[in-house]
Amino acid sequence: MKLELGYIQITDIQFSKESKVENGTLFVDADAVKAFMYEDDDVKEWVKSFSFDIAKPGESVRITPVKDVIEPRVKVEGPGGQFPGVIAKVDTVGSGKTHVLRGMAVVTAGKIVGFQEGIIDMTGPGADYTPFSKLFNFVVVAEPKEGYEDHKHEYEHAVRIAGLRAATFIGELGRNVQPDSSESFETLGIKEGIEKYPDLPRVAYVHMLQSQGLLHDTYVYGVDAKRTLTTILYPTETMDGAILSGNCVSACDKNTTYHHQNNPVVAELFAQHGKTLNYVCNIITNENVYLADKQRSSDWSAKLCRLLDLDGAIISQEGFGNPDTDLIMNTKKIELQGVKTTIITDEYAGQDGKSQSLADADPLADAVVTGGNANQVIILPKLDKVIGMLDYVDTIAGGHAGSLRPDGSIEAEIQVITGATNEMGFNTLSAR
Amino acid sequence: MSYRVVHYINQFFANIGGEEMAHVAPELREGFVGPGMALNQAWKGEAEVVATIVCGDSYFAEHEKDAKAQILEWVKAQKPDLFIAGPAFNAGRYGYACANICAAVQDELGVPVLTGMYQENPGADLKNKVLIVSTANSAAGMRKAAPAMAKLAMKLMKGEPLGASCEDGYMNNGIRVNFFEKERGAKRAVNMLIKKLNDQPFETEYPMPSFDHVAPNKAIKDLSKATIAVCTSGGIVPKGNPDHIESSSASHYGEYCIAGVETLTSDAYETAHGGYDPVYANQNPNRVLPVDVLREFEKEGIIGKLHDYFYTTVGNGTAVASAKGFAMEYAQKLLEAGVHAVIMTST
Repeated sequence: MKLELGYIQITDIQFSKESKVENGTLFVDADAVKAFMYEDDDVKEWVKSFSFDIAKPGESVRITPVKDVIEPRVKVEGPGGQFPGVIAKVDTVGSGKTHVLRGMAVVTAGKIVGFQEGIIDMTGPGADYTPFSKLFNFVVVAEPKEGYEDHKHEYEHAVRIAGLRAATFIGELGRNVQPDSSESFETLGIKEGIEKYPDLPRVAYVHMLQSQGLLHDTYVYGVDAKRTLTTILYPTETMDGAILSGNCVSACDKNTTYHHQNNPVVAELFAQHGKTLNYVCNIITNENVYLADKQRSSDWSAKLCRLLDLDGAIISQEGFGNPDTDLIMNTKKIELQGVKTTIITDEYAGQDGKSQSLADADPLADAVVTGGNANQVIILPKLDKVIGMLDYVDTIAGGHAGSLRPDGSIEAEIQVITGATNEMGFNTLSAR
Repeated sequence: MSYRVVHYINQFFANIGGEEMAHVAPELREGFVGPGMALNQAWKGEAEVVATIVCGDSYFAEHEKDAKAQILEWVKAQKPDLFIAGPAFNAGRYGYACANICAAVQDELGVPVLTGMYQENPGADLKNKVLIVSTANSAAGMRKAAPAMAKLAMKLMKGEPLGASCEDGYMNNGIRVNFFEKERGAKRAVNMLIKKLNDQPFETEYPMPSFDHVAPNKAIKDLSKATIAVCTSGGIVPKGNPDHIESSSASHYGEYCIAGVETLTSDAYETAHGGYDPVYANQNPNRVLPVDVLREFEKEGIIGKLHDYFYTTVGNGTAVASAKGFAMEYAQKLLEAGVHAVIMTST
């Protein structure tokens, strides 16, 4: 399967009466975006109103509480469309050609759904910790209808769909734009791969999907990942929008939809594909809370690694605490199949860095990459403008009573920053 | 005004002699001696070795108490901003002396300390207590070790926060510190895997803590004749926490008599634990330490006897090593008291 990504570099976003992409600038008619989002019945039912804003790198702007971050894309050749099984029909994606509006994102924000939504600062010390401070962000702030408190799951769904629809609308604007550059990614069949790269070690990416439920979910072709069995994907399917974030785990280590679309493990394995290793496929496995599910899913991860005759696997985690057990079960079982692993996680070593970082451990997990200690305390200075609201700073995970200080600054753990300790290895942050 | 530093070295680096002179007693000299020169040079006048203490390695090992007392007295009188020892490279007794005298100066005088040695030096056992710069295994590594120690020493004197161990060159001391790597995590992971696949050395970014697995004892055949103790890491203590067990990262445990206590009332007991919502434990401490139910079992003859003492600490962020130490100690007491089994509750 072969996918070509055509990158259209976005260097500015402006509101306009007409929506288009011209010379790197995205012009957006907010009313048209709004109308497109309201075409969905659930959005109509649960979202009272939308407001829109634009946040640019370096501006004194804080976006919070952030729910999801999405890169607008459009399928220009080949089967399927964006966000298959959710927005587009369920056809298999990952082949043909997709245009990407690079350098920008749609960010959804607004009244909180769970306790675990985040902060994106476009400047200052907080900006160093989130990759989204470097993007031009089109921010959609949703306001729920009265009585949503009793229907949080429905409201979460509506806001998630709204964000994906906004990204779909904007992505469509890139359909007839000539990309600034393009890249191709190809995965061969099992036998073809072995024949083409007989001497290279066979490596897969074991991609753990957050599925603890209660607003901790991930969707694969529209299926809630907690109702899935461990299975195989072409890496290009992930790149083409097959996996979507529906979760509200701590902001620092939630994989937003943007992370899935731009999965760094996929990118780095493709970079080595055919040189130092043969990148065979992705194995997706969930992180359910029941022990039987954990056992089944990790058994299947290990089984597929063996069946694929792998030599090595990279395992990435999402979330912390309970999923640490899934991470260790996967690692241990895969190693016991004779497949060498490297894992990516993050740490909760306490604000003083002295506590044990993970809730589970095993000597076989001897090659660990860390996204840093999420408990590290940071002071985020007051910024000139807030998109969204500061009402939840004290209660989101990583905040505490008094996090929002009288002078408008915030004292909190980096846990509150969207993407800060990402466990796909999206960032350079680490710890020793 | 420059910072004042006292330097500790052994007889070899003071040019007194090798093994044959290792018996020499501690001696105080003004200014720098031997490797202190390299430290002074690196500090460029911002700090200065004002005194050097020379001590034979065997002397320190054989007269540790006396040597420490004498050296502490000298260091105290110098009112230094920093005490620095070594580097000891792979010299075992020298490394032991450096680490232990540093620990004493840090604990007794509250002066910042720093030493340096090879990672396998026995003195490095104290790396979680004393800041130790990692050096080569022989004195040939002095040219690298002295500037590295001088740089970290300056940070300590200025009170600047430490960077991660790999940035500032000290041995991992169990305190996790964030920093920005040059490459993103995914790339580091792929590179690490390639090394692992090719059987090349690689370094994990998080060495797994070794979990101590304790095999359960054999089941008790007849509970009705057994003495059962109840212990907890849930922090239940007599009201007022008389032994001041910390709410997090506990440094000790408590031993309390419950002979004649039928139930733990909210007037008499509470939790010291800072890691969970204490409301329900304080309302009814039996929820964490189930004395009430065990008394019922005792009356009904289901168990022989509830042990007269319970042992308690706070598990919240408490180091595994500390917890193990507590249990090793009170397990002996339980054994001596003839206790047959223990119910351990956590929160």
